[in-house]
Amino acid sequence: MSIDKDIVAKVSNLARIKINNDQLSTISNELESVIEWIDTLNEVNTDGVEPIANVSGQKLPLREDKVTDGGYSEKILNNAPEKESGFFVVPKVVE
Amino acid sequence: MTEITKKTILEIKEGLKKRDFSALEVTNAFISASEKNKNLNIYNTFTPEKALESSKISQQRIDRGEERLLDGIPIAIKDLFCTKDTLTTASSKILSNFIPSYESTVTQKLWDAGASMLGKVSCDEFAMGSSNETSCFGNVINPWSKRNGKNLSPGGSSGGSSSVVSSGSALAATGTDTGGSIRQPVAFCGVTGIKPSYGRCSRWGIVAFASSLDQAGPITKTVSDSALMLNVMSGFDDKDSTSADLDVPDFTQTCNDFKLDKVKIGIPKEYQIDGMSPEIVKLWQQGSEWLKDRGAEIVEVSLPHTKYALPTYYVIAPAEASSNLARYDGVRYGLRNSQDNLDELYAYSRSDGFGYEVQRRILIGTYVLSAGYYDAYYRKAQRVRNLIIQDFQKAFDKVDVLLTPTTPTAAFELGSQLDPISMYMNDVFTVPASLAGLPAMSVPSGLSKDGLPLGLQIIGNQFDENSVLKIAANLEDQARFPFLN
Repeated sequence: MSIDKDIVAKVSNLARIKINNDQLSTISNELESVIEWIDTLNEVNTDGVEPIANVSGQKLPLREDKVTDGGYSEKILNNAPEKESGFFVVPKVVE
Repeated sequence: MTEITKKTILEIKEGLKKRDFSALEVTNAFISASEKNKNLNIYNTFTPEKALESSKISQQRIDRGEERLLDGIPIAIKDLFCTKDTLTTASSKILSNFIPSYESTVTQKLWDAGASMLGKVSCDEFAMGSSNETSCFGNVINPWSKRNGKNLSPGGSSGGSSSVVSSGSALAATGTDTGGSIRQPVAFCGVTGIKPSYGRCSRWGIVAFASSLDQAGPITKTVSDSALMLNVMSGFDDKDSTSADLDVPDFTQTCNDFKLDKVKIGIPKEYQIDGMSPEIVKLWQQGSEWLKDRGAEIVEVSLPHTKYALPTYYVIAPAEASSNLARYDGVRYGLRNSQDNLDELYAYSRSDGFGYEVQRRILIGTYVLSAGYYDAYYRKAQRVRNLIIQDFQKAFDKVDVLLTPTTPTAAFELGSQLDPISMYMNDVFTVPASLAGLPAMSVPSGLSKDGLPLGLQIIGNQFDENSVLKIAANLEDQARFPFLN
């Protein structure tokens, strides 16, 4: 699978990372060599093998659906780059 | 009397009990050592006032005869653990001003046990790296550099945690390990560290990299000290649903068991790879001999999917990272590059805030998860991961633990590994156990011909840290490693 500049531009948009045009070809070459290396996984026969996400074998516990935390929005806002009247500030999204 | 900074945790505990020195004297000794080693660039944030304050409280408890397990023990914290009211940066520009309003479960347990915090130590940015060079604050220097006249990497990502212990600047440090981030740097810096089984320690409050792989663990000089730290750090946490709801055994109990009759040690034949340095091959054989001398039986085993572990890891870890790191948006915390348009605010903040390796991994992760490639890459890797786990399960039907080298080479010079794949090869022996969620420990076991530390790795069956610690203690006892401090 070849990774061209268009794919890098598409992926960087999905990832919301700004990449300058002059970096596109370097990055596409690097990603291509990593993906080629990853492609060695195609040598492995995985027919009938279940994909696995939980390795500990532990059952994920459920708890009662009630509030156990919160009530300190001011502390949380302390780390905000821009805040106003108890809200995070972002550029205008809705006209 | 041996200098305070050359002692182990157990020796300091003994000395505090016998009033050979006070908790304050101990803390001051490590603060001075940390200041003396400033040129190693270990600390992101140095907090001597915190350490002194808590050591005073520790001394009061010791005086009352009510001492806790780690009273009077100054430690360093990898800058990936959130610490309440103390800067937590993950060595990233994007978090360079982040002050958590909460404490991670693991660090809270350490403070509750009486440990004091000397500071937050450097790591690769978001723990992504094997050389400590991706930190936005510049790399840490391996304390063994001076003796060898070279500028050596401490390894990574827990390079600061390994260097702080190796240089005698702290008695212990916390580390995290996703694919080898405790074991590789401890091997490079000539100290000891264990990555426990996935689920043994809570991940709550640790800056997330790859959630199905990340585990916290201790870095210390000796195996017994690691066991003691792990006793404190382990346990179920209802804030982390993936933490294991299992009793935590006393990990120190097997550290003095030097009889290995009936113990079977597996040597995985696939770990004999091209490009491994001959002195590491020799050390590995020496390790087998040492364990044989103690009565263990050495058995060759096969883990046929070993060579697919690294490519599997480089699908799964970046995929999980791309998802975990989506939270850094320049809105709620961290660095912001202000723009008129919200999408551009995200994109410019993230490109300013993340370093190159982190961006590369987010892009790989986004690619393998994107429409049309999800099954070909992500699902495929999850299936191969299952086969890797089955390899280990079959091996552990025959043997108690596995013995391997920790790394294919000794510490390399800073700036010497330029292309990503050769950097990724550092983790060739550590990644498989991470994918399988198994406990694994590195013990400093010898020196290279250039006088650099080399480590051996013991991999155990799931939640069987005690067997790992027992074999590690035996290797340690036989190796008589010449610690730097």
